Amino acid sequence: MNHADAAEKFNKDFDRTTWHDETLWWVRQKRDRAAFAIPEWEALRETASQIKHNVLSELDNYLIEFEKNAQKNGITVHWAADAHEHNEIVLSILKSQGVTQMVKSKSMLTEECHLNPYLAENGVEVVDTDLGERIVQLAGEPPSHIVLPCIHWKKEEIGVLFHKHLGTPEGCADPILLTHAARENLREKFLTRRVAITGVNFAVAETGEFVVCTNEGNADMGAHLADVHIACMGIEKIIPKREHLGVFLRLLTRSATGQPITTYSSHFAKPRAGQEMHIVFVDNGRTTQLGREEFRNSLKCIRCGACMNTCPVYRRSGGHSYHNAVAGPIGAILAPNLDMTKNADLPFASTLCGSCSNVCPVKINIHEQLYEWRQVLTKSGHSPMAKTLSMKAMSAVLSNPAVYRLSGKIGRFTMANAPFVVNNSLNPWFKQREMPEPPKESFGEWYKKNRSE
Amino acid sequence: MKVGLFIPCYVDQFYPQVGIATLQLLEKFGCEVSYPAKQTCCGQPMANSGYEHLTHDCNRLFISNFSEYDYIVSPSGSCVLHIKDHLHDDKREVEATHVRTHIYELTEFLTDILKVENLEAHFPHRVGVHQSCHGQRGLHVAQMSELVAPPFSKPEKLLNMVTGLELVKLDRLDECCGFGGTFCVAEEAVSVRMGIDRVDDHVKNGTQILTGGDMSCLMHLEGVIRRRQLPIKVMHIAEILNSK
Ligand code: SF4
Repeated sequence: MNHADAAEKFNKDFDRTTWHDETLWWVRQKRDRAAFAIPEWEALRETASQIKHNVLSELDNYLIEFEKNAQKNGITVHWAADAHEHNEIVLSILKSQGVTQMVKSKSMLTEECHLNPYLAENGVEVVDTDLGERIVQLAGEPPSHIVLPCIHWKKEEIGVLFHKHLGTPEGCADPILLTHAARENLREKFLTRRVAITGVNFAVAETGEFVVCTNEGNADMGAHLADVHIACMGIEKIIPKREHLGVFLRLLTRSATGQPITTYSSHFAKPRAGQEMHIVFVDNGRTTQLGREEFRNSLKCIRCGACMNTCPVYRRSGGHSYHNAVAGPIGAILAPNLDMTKNADLPFASTLCGSCSNVCPVKINIHEQLYEWRQVLTKSGHSPMAKTLSMKAMSAVLSNPAVYRLSGKIGRFTMANAPFVVNNSLNPWFKQREMPEPPKESFGEWYKKNRSE
Repeated sequence: MKVGLFIPCYVDQFYPQVGIATLQLLEKFGCEVSYPAKQTCCGQPMANSGYEHLTHDCNRLFISNFSEYDYIVSPSGSCVLHIKDHLHDDKREVEATHVRTHIYELTEFLTDILKVENLEAHFPHRVGVHQSCHGQRGLHVAQMSELVAPPFSKPEKLLNMVTGLELVKLDRLDECCGFGGTFCVAEEAVSVRMGIDRVDDHVKNGTQILTGGDMSCLMHLEGVIRRRQLPIKVMHIAEILNSK
């Protein structure tokens, strides 16, 4: 289902759309308060953007530097060209351990690679330990938001879900009790699973360490209790120096949820005695994106989700309408890089209002890239023929004033060609909106009478 | 000062009074204004749909219509932004550059070029401003709520010069109305929902007259208001600044 159809379905429930919009707007407001408490906020964003700029131009060198330092620390480094290779690497580590069960803390990369279904097919049971991810996992859904995976679920609905899966009392919707039930259920998994996967927020080239940010401490629980820690990351997550964390950690959570910092910012530098630590670097289209000059900066993304929370379209269409692991504005500029045909609708799921670019902590010009993707998609034939024909007709009329005037005469041209003004029930404009009323004369006609000699 | 008046196609066809108010305002401040009769459109409907490559002829026409003026002024932030960002012509790049760098949205022209500090306008109503995204985030006629930076608003500064007028404070200062060009039909459900939410913010805060610098957004909001039979009237800011 394309974005427009999914969004229409989402909007059928008016009150729920209101609730979804207001919930995320509240997060945007929390972000605003946190940002406005930092006078140097805009300078921080600029610094972060510049650091990432340097990372993208020196990516190969930083990756090699990281690998060298990580290996020195006793971490095993793997390289995956695409999602499939990533999944195979993870499975091979599990097999070498003879393990068929594991815990995983939040990682959008593993979502992007569809690791869970792959492992399930290969007989491995994965338990997501981030509360939000656990909820969507129990519900058999993908996350709808990169930071708040179950933001589309109401607490009463979670109560029903937990009653079914975790045996909480029927009708219980108390967040504290529900969280407690989830925690108890997860504790057993933490204690018994021998392998833990985590994502990576930042990998420091200079030291070969990586940093994982969570609010629930579930990454730490998983990694510290397991014999094997596998960290999966996209190659763009590298930063040059440890001191740069001072910039990114200040920006990340303020942008994401309005907190000054995540509850846990855990540094993993070397395996403890007897533990194995692996890191899997994944390309999966990133070097292609790096080669597309106008879209390169999308790789600066630190996955804070701020662009989603502020996006008026995301708030009113929900994460699943983007049919991609990463939803919202950033998803709409990342997804076409992975598959133009499947994701040709996403760059059009925007009014180009530009709010996303303004909240982005690394200053990605998201809305300009949406515009650029439209051009690329259209030129490469990913546009319906009818649209192309009507655009060609429009171009012919608009570049010829005589034809334009002829077809003018109170709006005939505009009526026939502007997408928003055909007065019949088939036109989507008219479904829920009135038409402007055509006046007696156009401005051009008035001007001719009143001003021209 | 020779000013070329650029009236976007839908304003020409549906809102002649907005063109007239813009013209009269500019004349009031001593501009020598002409409306080149051969103008059609800025090309944005095609470009935003992914067909910028079909806008060459449109660009050529725009340049020949407007390159001789000191300034080009339009009552539509969105069209102005499109020209500023995308008007090029291999053969006439010097003229194209002149047009790109001398085209202004009406309120920024009044504020930055004419440096208007006084208006003889009277409008005794509660007015709510819809701050269109392209004017704001594109042309910076007002500060953006996302940025940690001092607030300002050129349209509101002008409206504050109008006697009797009371500005309405909204819950969401600058959220998009959902028009978005072809978005308004391609993503009808979300577009309308965004429009409803914008309008409700105005209703809730007591707007009598909803105004703005971009007639396309206003046309969309007016469509929603009229269908829902709400007690709000929509007027372009030029009409208010030109009222007596
Ligand atoms: S694009 Fe920017 S705002 Fe959006 S998730 Fe990435 S870093 Fe955050």
